[in-house]
Amino acid sequence: MKLTQAIRVALAAIWSNKLRSFLTMLGVIIGVFAVVALVSIGQGATQAVTDQVQGMGSNLITLNITGRGPQRGISFADATELVQREGIAAAAPVISQRVTVKYRNKSTTPTLDGTTATYGIVRNQVAQAGRYISSLDLQYRQNVAVVGVSVVEDLFAGSDPLGQQIRIMGTPFTIVGVLEEKGSGMTGSNDNRIVIPITTAQRLLKTATVQTIYIQADSADVVDRVITSLEATLKMRFRDENAYSVFNQAQILDVMDQISGTLTIMLGGIAGISLLVGGIGIMNIMLVSVTERTREIGICKALGAKRRDIQLQFLIESAVLSAIGGIGGMALGYVVIDTIRRFTTLTPIFSLRVVATAVLFSLFVGIFFGMYPANKASKLNPIDALRGSG
Amino acid sequence: MILTENISKLYKLEGVEVHALRGINMTVAKGDFLSVIGPSGSGKSTLMNIIGCLDTPTAGCYLLNGHEVSSLSDNRLAEIRNQLIGFVFQSFNLLPRLSALENVELPLIYRGMGGRERQETALSALENVGLGDRIGHRPTQLSGGQQQRVAIARALVGNPPLILADEPTGNLDSTSGKEVMTLLQKLHSEGKTIVLITHDMDIAMQSQRYVRIHDGEIVEEKVVPS
Ligand SMILES: Nc1ncnc2c1ncn2[C@@H]1O[C@H](COP(=O)(O)OP(=O)(O)O)[C@@H](O)[C@H]1O
Ligand SMILES: [Mg+2]
Repeated sequence: MKLTQAIRVALAAIWSNKLRSFLTMLGVIIGVFAVVALVSIGQGATQAVTDQVQGMGSNLITLNITGRGPQRGISFADATELVQREGIAAAAPVISQRVTVKYRNKSTTPTLDGTTATYGIVRNQVAQAGRYISSLDLQYRQNVAVVGVSVVEDLFAGSDPLGQQIRIMGTPFTIVGVLEEKGSGMTGSNDNRIVIPITTAQRLLKTATVQTIYIQADSADVVDRVITSLEATLKMRFRDENAYSVFNQAQILDVMDQISGTLTIMLGGIAGISLLVGGIGIMNIMLVSVTERTREIGICKALGAKRRDIQLQFLIESAVLSAIGGIGGMALGYVVIDTIRRFTTLTPIFSLRVVATAVLFSLFVGIFFGMYPANKASKLNPIDALRGSG
Repeated sequence: MILTENISKLYKLEGVEVHALRGINMTVAKGDFLSVIGPSGSGKSTLMNIIGCLDTPTAGCYLLNGHEVSSLSDNRLAEIRNQLIGFVFQSFNLLPRLSALENVELPLIYRGMGGRERQETALSALENVGLGDRIGHRPTQLSGGQQQRVAIARALVGNPPLILADEPTGNLDSTSGKEVMTLLQKLHSEGKTIVLITHDMDIAMQSQRYVRIHDGEIVEEKVVPS
């Protein structure tokens, strides 16, 4: 019997039992949908995290100093001295705090970073309008600020912020630039931020201690060496390994990759199990179908159908059933993913590889679970089959 | 064409043994029209199943066209059924989901005949039994007599030399029964070998020859005077 003919007959058989066929397919539809949707969301999350960490700047090392006892950080001078060593291209000490910012009757509460002119270089963030803070600003303790796009949105609602006066904790500052848009990161929004000279910040916040230093290594090769030497110095100084932490973006990336990779595999695995359950549903219904069509099988055998013909017939029927289910599940997955992308901040990745794998796997499930019923049908003795009801 | 030597069939069901056939010796020559007559339960259908290669005897020897059937593989038996034998059953045994034409096409599908040629062959077989205008009908949309004629078309579509009919008129009213008998006689006159199973003497008298079986044994063999 020819394949196209067999597929036509299979479709007719599926069609003649619409509701039952649909319910059987539903298992596969849900299975494939789950695989496609969950893996896409997982991959989207991985991609987003990777992008962000990479966007933080190349060869970036972050040094956090929590200090010991009353000593909650180090001074700006100490910080400057600490980073005077081989392998460091640039460093930006940061004094950070959440502050209230006002413009006319509007206010917002971004993170204030008091830092040096190298901050933009180290963090790989330029000014998309106006300019960055300069070393002259630092020297003369200028009340100038570079603001993130969220701050601009909150306070200026479309009008040009450059040259405008805002009040940070009551002190007037002039906006000289707008930070390039970065999106949200692990440490909150990168756009809800204000950058001012560190010298100004010391006076404004009445603090001299630096808690964070962003460091850019000369190259990726020396990152590990720089971290080791920094840690050695800090250990001597604080005599407590909990007083500081040094990490770089490669480490973060590794950990993130591991976490999200595991997550994706887990999600895919759970979804795969539901696909397997769908396959068992197909086997179940095919067994019922073999029993119901015992007489039909007997007739076909009397007319000259070989075992292979009967086998093929039932195998194709279950394969067609699961393939239609697979395509349905994929379509459903696509619609849901598109909806998620449109209405949430998640950006799932609808990858063709995942789709192809899911659909092929569902086809495989159909054939695998169709094998036993098909075999059973083909082995029926024609006499017993002809006697059978149905 | 058909030669049986001492064929027996023994059914064992939960310890109970039923001797459905006990030593049947019978020959059917090419072009014969033989009736097998006997009461219900006498073993007629069992005999037909064996002759039709649907079943094998527990003892004895069956030669079809000179081949010992019991030594053949399942696949070979399927081919023989497809090529040499056309079945007509009491309960028609049409596939309910298929149209009349598709039902008639089935033996050709298993023979591997391609679409266009297959449809034309099936159509001419249906025209042969006077149902050229019912090709799209499902079995449930046809009368009993029409269904049996579709079944006869299906039996002869592959042009097999041997037609086996198991009580083909058993489920039909007398008019339809007569039509079916007329068809079988026409096939016989065209050179087919026909084995007809019945419990009705009037039907048996319409063939050339009959054998009477009782409790699995042949008790009478007679040529019908023409
Ligand atoms: N598959 C079977 N299993 C057990 N007994 C059977 C089977 N088929 C037929 N028989 C028995 O064999 C005998 C002959 O049956 P059958 O050939 O159908 O008779 P007929 O067609 O003449 O009415 C009956 O007694 C029947 O019960
Ligand atoms: Mg019978």
